[in-house]
Amino acid sequence: MRRVVVTGMGIVCPLGVGVEHVWKRLINGESGISAIQSFDTTELTAKIAGQVPAGPSAEGGLDLAEWIPAKEVKKMDRFIHHGMVAAAQAMADSGYVPETEEEKYRAGVMIGSGIGGLQTIYETSVMVHEGRAKRVSPFFIPAALINLISGQVSIRYGLKGPNHSAVTACATGVHAIGDASRLIAYGDADVMVAGGAEAAVNPLGIAGFCASRALSTGFNDRPTEGSRPWDKDRDGFVMGEGAGVVVLEEYEHAKARGAKIYAEIGGYGMSGDAHHITAPAEHHDGAFRAMKAAFKNGGLSPEDVDYINAHGTSTPMGDDLELEAVENMFGAHGKKVAMSSTKSAIGHLLGAAGAVETIFSILAIRDNVAPPTLNLHNPSRESVVNRVPLTAQARKIDVALSNSFGFGGTNASILFKRAN
Amino acid sequence: MSEIADKVKKIVVEHLGVDEAKVTPEASFIDDLGADSLDTVELVMAFEEAFGVEIPEDAAEKITTVKDAIDYIEKQKAE
Repeated sequence: MRRVVVTGMGIVCPLGVGVEHVWKRLINGESGISAIQSFDTTELTAKIAGQVPAGPSAEGGLDLAEWIPAKEVKKMDRFIHHGMVAAAQAMADSGYVPETEEEKYRAGVMIGSGIGGLQTIYETSVMVHEGRAKRVSPFFIPAALINLISGQVSIRYGLKGPNHSAVTACATGVHAIGDASRLIAYGDADVMVAGGAEAAVNPLGIAGFCASRALSTGFNDRPTEGSRPWDKDRDGFVMGEGAGVVVLEEYEHAKARGAKIYAEIGGYGMSGDAHHITAPAEHHDGAFRAMKAAFKNGGLSPEDVDYINAHGTSTPMGDDLELEAVENMFGAHGKKVAMSSTKSAIGHLLGAAGAVETIFSILAIRDNVAPPTLNLHNPSRESVVNRVPLTAQARKIDVALSNSFGFGGTNASILFKRAN
Repeated sequence: MSEIADKVKKIVVEHLGVDEAKVTPEASFIDDLGADSLDTVELVMAFEEAFGVEIPEDAAEKITTVKDAIDYIEKQKAE
């Protein structure tokens, strides 16, 4: 199998726009969670979310005018806006510009989304309901379809290789990056732009997750405390939005052009629970098997791992089950790893979560620092695993593992190692 | 320029994101102003909305330039 490395990264998330800006804030222990202001939450039990801050990119905000021509903006749902901005950062960061037709054929895109154009679907449904079906925009379908983020990115950069999208709820980001890395490993492409994009902080998205009793509702008056993985007072996840996109590249291809190499893919594994539509299986058996498959795939062992970016959504059931699976997987080495949930700072970005957390895992290797789990004051149960409470920890990190699990009982784990 | 022509021009500039100077009466939406087939569908819908007229599909297909649009709407308004 060919080796696959990461040569570019881009982030749009509640802590802002831009990898270095977001990473600095994350390590400082800042939170991107706030009260929802963009729509009326009177009827909703959850009233907080991680929202992408508006503003110029020089200040770490999102101003679409800087990134996408006005004429194109209206042809895309907000989730595509997020993905386009993250992809633009990642492409610029990698410095890769395919020039010949052959080079274009060898570069593809696999960016997914958990839900896709929910707000666009909502607004258009209202029009149809009000008898205005004739006024439905010709851009409605291409604005809302999930794979249009991959389509739009390919059009922007002339990437004519594999064009694909993963759609596996909250595991989307890891599946997209893992599957894209396999396309390179198998020789289908030399370069893949991969990740996840989401924009479900809207009335329909919040109402839906409220109804499934998945969201935190007890911290509406203290938004930054709402996401508290493993803490005994946690009561659900906090919805986030944004996108994470990486440029994956075959190792020799990256080396030949003198690209900056952030990290190498160290293994990728998947599993299914075959258990329940929303709840994890007992002992989080699916998580255990996804991690096991990743180790087998990459030829690494739990003893090699220094940092784990947990799925850790802050739900009462999921957090402790993932912890149990990690304890079972890591055994005695469990007391030597650091595991944190960065969802404590940015909330749960659903289909973008695994992609943004992949980037955090890579930066943890680059800077030898484990980002903190905010609000973890009193763990609901003790563990030998260091969950990096409240503040970041400097430590040697050569190998990092990132977990993502989704509704439907879908699990994905990915390993990154320092490239040498 | 008539009020209708002014308004048509404004809509074209807004929807296609083009320079006002390029929106001459002879300008073709697709050949000169960078529109694709979906853009033209949206443009016709915007004209319908702005002027309160119905533009049936067979008529819409014949509206390919700025002048076509102005003429059609002026004719509808005169009737």
